[in-house]
Amino acid sequence: MCSYIVEKAALVGSAKGRKGWMRIDTANVYFDHPYHSTLDHVLAIDFTNEGEGGRDRVAIELSAESARALVTRILAALASGEAAHAGPVSADAVAI
Amino acid sequence: MSHYRGLQCEPVTFRGHNGDQGEAYYARPLGSGKYPGIVVIHHLPGWDEWIMEVVRKLAHHGYAAISPHLYFREGTESPDDLGARVRAAGGVADPQVVGDVAGAMAFLRAQPNATGKIGVIGFCSGGRHTYLAACTLSGLDAAVDCWGGNVIVDNPKDLNDKRPVAPIDLTEKLSCPLLGIFGNDDANPTVDQVNRTEAVLKRLGKNYEFHRYNGAGHAFFNTARDAYRPEQALDGWKKVFAFFARYLAAAPSRVAAE
Repeated sequence: MCSYIVEKAALVGSAKGRKGWMRIDTANVYFDHPYHSTLDHVLAIDFTNEGEGGRDRVAIELSAESARALVTRILAALASGEAAHAGPVSADAVAI
Repeated sequence: MSHYRGLQCEPVTFRGHNGDQGEAYYARPLGSGKYPGIVVIHHLPGWDEWIMEVVRKLAHHGYAAISPHLYFREGTESPDDLGARVRAAGGVADPQVVGDVAGAMAFLRAQPNATGKIGVIGFCSGGRHTYLAACTLSGLDAAVDCWGGNVIVDNPKDLNDKRPVAPIDLTEKLSCPLLGIFGNDDANPTVDQVNRTEAVLKRLGKNYEFHRYNGAGHAFFNTARDAYRPEQALDGWKKVFAFFARYLAAAPSRVAAE
C-alpha cells in the first residue's frame, strides 16, 4: 500500500533536469512503491524548487541498500572534500 | 471468428468531482454489441502504463473500461511528475476521488454501447478508493479491491483532512458485492487487517468474496514489478473475471483469463 509519507528536506543547490539546470530548494524523500523501478519499494528523492512552484523535478529511485550506501559515500565525500579544501592533507585522508 | 477481439482505446475527457473536466483512458471492444462498464482506479504512483494495460485487458474480456486520471487537476506534465507532486502534497482528498469515480461511471453510462451495469476495480491506494466508492456511491454493481491498504486505520493520527474516515467504518453502507484479492506477504494490508475487514463484512451480512495468496505480497498482478507472481496473478485474474461475469453479465469471452 502506498504510504503517503514524505520527508521534506530544505536544500541550497542546483540540479539538471530535462530543461537544463535549475536551482532547487527542496528534496521530497520517501520510501514507497516506485514509478519506474521494478523493485517493490524504493528510496525516492524528488529535487524541486518549491519557491518557483515545484513543477519541475529531478527524480531518482534507489534500492534501500544502495540508498544507504550512498548516504555513507556522501558523508565520506563531504569529510574528505572539506578536509582537502581546508588545507593540505595526505592521500589516505581523501581515499574512499 | 477470431479468438481475440478488436479494441478501441483512446484518451477521452470526462467530468469528475465538481464538474471538473479531466482526462481518462477508455477502451472498449469493437462492434455493435452492448458492454458492461468498469472504472479502473490507479495507484498512488500515478496513472501509469500498467494501469492502461489493465484497461485494455478488461476491454479484451468484454467490458467498456475507463481509468480516470486522478491527478489531472495538477497540470499536463507526465503522469509520473504529477504523481510525485500529488504525493508531496499528501495525496488527493477522498471526496474528490469518489467524485471522479462517479464522473467516470457517468461517462460509461452515457455511451451508446452501455448495458447500464457498472463495476469498479482498484489497486493499492486504488483498492482503498474502491472500498470507499463501494460504500459511498450508488449505482455500482460490483467492486474489486486489490490489496487496498489503510481500509482499517489502527492509528487515528493517520486520519487527516484528505482521508478523514477509515473506509472500514463505512462498511454498513456497502451497496454492491465486493471481491477482495490479497497477498499473504503484504505489509499493508496485513493478514490480520484483511481478516478483520472480512470479520466486519461477515458481521454486517455483506455479499463479499475474499481470496488470499501465499507466496505473494503487494501488487502481485503488476507485471512491471519484481512483485509479480505469475501463478497467483493468473488465478487472481480468473477470480476477477468470474466475479465481474457474475455481477455485470458480460458477453462470455472466448479468451482464457490470462
